[in-house]
Amino acid sequence: MRFDLQIIASWIEPQSTVLDLGCGSGELLSYLKQEKQVRGTGIEISEEKITACIEKGVQVLQGDITEEVADYPDQAFDYVILSQTLQQVYEPDKLIKELLRVGRRIIVSFPNFCHWAIRLQILFHGYAPKNRQLPYEWYDTPNIRVITIHDFRRFVKATNCKLMKEAAINTHNHDIQGHLVHFLPNLRATFGIFMVTKGAETTIHS
Amino acid sequence: MTIEHKDKNSVGLVQKQFFTFATETPLRLESGASLGPITVCYETMGTLNAEGTNAILITHAFSGDSHVAGYYSEEDPKPGWWNIMVGPGKPIDTAKYFVICSNILGGCTGTTGPASINPATNEPYGLNFPVVTIGDMVRTQKRLLDHLGIRRLLTVIGGSVGGMQVLEWAMRYPDMMASAIPLATTTRHSALAIAFNEIGRQAIMSDPNFNKGDYYGKNKPDLGLALARMIGHVTYLSDHAMREKFGRRLQNRKTLAFDFEANFQVESYLRYQGSKFTQRFDANSFLYITKAADYYDVKHQHGNGSEIEAFAKVKARMLVISFTSDWLYPTYQSREMVKAMKKNRLNVSFCEIEAKCGHDAFIVSNERQSSLIRNFIECVAAEELHHAF
Repeated sequence: MRFDLQIIASWIEPQSTVLDLGCGSGELLSYLKQEKQVRGTGIEISEEKITACIEKGVQVLQGDITEEVADYPDQAFDYVILSQTLQQVYEPDKLIKELLRVGRRIIVSFPNFCHWAIRLQILFHGYAPKNRQLPYEWYDTPNIRVITIHDFRRFVKATNCKLMKEAAINTHNHDIQGHLVHFLPNLRATFGIFMVTKGAETTIHS
Repeated sequence: MTIEHKDKNSVGLVQKQFFTFATETPLRLESGASLGPITVCYETMGTLNAEGTNAILITHAFSGDSHVAGYYSEEDPKPGWWNIMVGPGKPIDTAKYFVICSNILGGCTGTTGPASINPATNEPYGLNFPVVTIGDMVRTQKRLLDHLGIRRLLTVIGGSVGGMQVLEWAMRYPDMMASAIPLATTTRHSALAIAFNEIGRQAIMSDPNFNKGDYYGKNKPDLGLALARMIGHVTYLSDHAMREKFGRRLQNRKTLAFDFEANFQVESYLRYQGSKFTQRFDANSFLYITKAADYYDVKHQHGNGSEIEAFAKVKARMLVISFTSDWLYPTYQSREMVKAMKKNRLNVSFCEIEAKCGHDAFIVSNERQSSLIRNFIECVAAEELHHAF
């Protein structure tokens, strides 16, 4: 399982309900079902990945994230997960607001556009950044939003949300392995992961 | 050639079986009318395990029958209508599951319908047969399962009008099933679907031989029935499928004939399909079954006008499948039922399969559908087993 998903899985309480947006082949949900008796649902657009989810016994709906989320009643899930998708969303603020409506807590992960290698690429080469986490050219990238760890923290504050957990990570070996970054995360981490709620719960920094 | 030679993973020989009930007290139908006795024609495949936990009910579509898979004899040239899906090692695996399929109430291949003898007159019912509903069909299937000693179903699966029966099962007998798989179906007919059914019915009823449905033993309204089938058949296909299969190709000729014979292949094909249908189907059954499908509306039958309320009773795990080129029951109709299931926090999975052949896609060989159904049932079976211990 991808390292960012391993971190996310460790944040989920047993026997909770989870909505995983862009759940792919259902790896995280399958793990949570087996290890934490979580009742999960995935949303996925690809027919092929839907088939992989069903094979794992993961409940999944084919559709567009924004449209599918709208059908759920308020606070239908304990957690809503949006992993490595926020940078591809057209209206992130509206989506996050909607996710906070259907989920008590939301967990968001995204590639950190302020990693030092990206900064150096722009500084020395002058091209739009391209690396293992962001392997696209400017003209074919699905990543239409430039987000950094600092940006997201500021967003949480500005929207009066509560930051419950935060992790900055560096990944290697096809993103399957990695480590937490504690020192200068916005410069040194390839991904940021945040747990956010709109309630008045206590803020915890990990 | 033996069955093993022509069809490797076949269930082999099957036979029609019959169960009769409502002999003393007739069944009160949804319309308020009474009907009895009722005979149900069914076929079973595989073996029911000792715990009775491996039964699967297949509900057939409008023109289907109990003959879902296998052959009636060694010489039988054609297997059942869903032979690609049902058999040992196939997605609905008869080596693991006990499979039941029965002809629907109002049908014409063994179960009581308008061609059956009315005990009050000793004549075929004809139009004296009461109008039956999808609910009545499902209640009849339930009586059959009671008779077979099946208390819980692993799944109920069916497409089109069979899918309506699946939904009806899930709402009517929520505790009797672990899962349900409605394919290429709808919770209620659109005006478009009702329109095509009505054209078909009008074609039958305006046939000079129709005689208000009293044509048994006389000339049958075959022209009307064939025409109704031709119309129906077009609604099961797609623009793409017809373009690919026929295009504008001519039938056994190089130039246009400037007459009204079947010049185009598509004309010839539809005429053939229509006339073939009259050999196996009763025109009155066409009227009754299309009517039942048109009347079906989960909102009214189960939800006091609300689709969400209708699904509130459901407990089964659902796998909903639609097909991109199905314009008879388009994907938006499946999405609507999925939405109502989500609002009720049901365990539901949904997939719209890319398919070019229209509504008929569920009945045609499709790797994606096979895989989804096989894996879904396997997971449900594993979880049922887990709960049992």
